[in-house]
Amino acid sequence: MTDTDTELRVNKIRSGTVIDHVTAGEALHVLAILGIDGTGGETVSLGMNVPSKRLGKKDVVKVESRELSQGELDVLSLIAPDATINIIREYEVVEKNRVTRPAEVVGILQCPNRECITNAGEPVDTDFSVLDDGVRCEYCETIIRDDLTAHIDV
Amino acid sequence: MLGRSLLTAKQLSREDIETVLDRASEFAADPSAAGDRHPGKLLALCFFEPSTRTKMSFETAAKRLGGDVIDMGSVESSSVKKGESLADTVRVIEGYADGIVLRHPKQGAAKMAAEHVDVPLVNAGDGAGHHPSQTLLDLYTIRENAGLDDLTIGIMGDLKYGRTVHSLAHALTNFDVRQHFISPQSLKLPRSVRYDLHEAGAHVREHEELEAVLPALDVLYVTRIQRERFPDEDEYQKVAGQYRITPETLDDAKDDVAVMHPLPRVDEISAAIDDTSNATYFDQAHNGVPVRMALLDSLLQTDD
Ligand SMILES: [Zn+2]
Repeated sequence: MTDTDTELRVNKIRSGTVIDHVTAGEALHVLAILGIDGTGGETVSLGMNVPSKRLGKKDVVKVESRELSQGELDVLSLIAPDATINIIREYEVVEKNRVTRPAEVVGILQCPNRECITNAGEPVDTDFSVLDDGVRCEYCETIIRDDLTAHIDV
Repeated sequence: MLGRSLLTAKQLSREDIETVLDRASEFAADPSAAGDRHPGKLLALCFFEPSTRTKMSFETAAKRLGGDVIDMGSVESSSVKKGESLADTVRVIEGYADGIVLRHPKQGAAKMAAEHVDVPLVNAGDGAGHHPSQTLLDLYTIRENAGLDDLTIGIMGDLKYGRTVHSLAHALTNFDVRQHFISPQSLKLPRSVRYDLHEAGAHVREHEELEAVLPALDVLYVTRIQRERFPDEDEYQKVAGQYRITPETLDDAKDDVAVMHPLPRVDEISAAIDDTSNATYFDQAHNGVPVRMALLDSLLQTDD
């Protein structure tokens, strides 16, 4: 299986973002991070459990007419650490980046601790420091290890 | 040292702790001699949760240093009820006072409040989070009784919600201390505290029963197990009874084991312990004033 075969499984897009090398099975979570549920009208193509030389299996997400913010990329890196971000303009890849794990993610995740000050209606952004195997609220110190996507505040 | 605010015990280095405790000993030796330290300084007491003891001890400390306090009063009578944010409240109070002491039911409240003000802020308890000034007085008391190195300490009770426990455990990682945590399964240390203790390379063991570790302990730090943590009264009684300290309990302990408690206690330490040389909890409470004097002395200094 070659990369060309992979390309054929999902249509090329004219402009937008191709998120490649997403951890197999995480494609729908990637869409959740991006806040894409179909109601916004974007054209989205998904490849799930596509064969990959590097990962064995991977997911691919293509979103037309949309480029990603740094905050979105940061959270993406936590659930899909091997992802590559390809920015497409006029069918050409104009930029290709790997995601990098940030030291912290601000304003993206919601703290699961109901007694945390970030859930008390105060003017404060959530702030999670990134651990080797999870994230930790900088305010109440709650550690989230599993299912980060359930805590994305979108 | 220390910096502008005291939010968690994690920010305390061994040097910070020793500096504050040494200063506290000087103040304890002659509490009325410090009246010229901070004349005219005003400390705002913002207690969004009642705590007469902690509040009075800060108030006494401020006055002993020559300063004074302004008191927000009870939450019921303040604008908090009308929905004003904590962030706005402290921004307003910052305009009145040279420092703020904050007690709040939400975890992380002190950190957030400190981000909104420029005056020094002391976390006097934020929900199940931290209570670092209590930790300083705990450390002071432990040092007076047993020193702070080559020490075996048992910490027992509600370790999940007990903020004094969380702060103390962090602070003890600065010293050569073996920490034993004794609690019911449902009230074990939270994951985040365990994570920090592991990161700090602390010597930590967890137990459900006191018996196994009791003979090794130099200090037994007891906290209250609250009725509300249990679904029904029977369940509570069963657990609470198991963690109650009586003179018989101490038969297997070292003769000079120091029994501590942040108070208030309900019945987790029998009154029969009070008159023994092991009872250290009232000393602990008295130490609050000199220790908070030393803490405020240091924080208000940086404000000059
Ligand atoms: Zn939190």
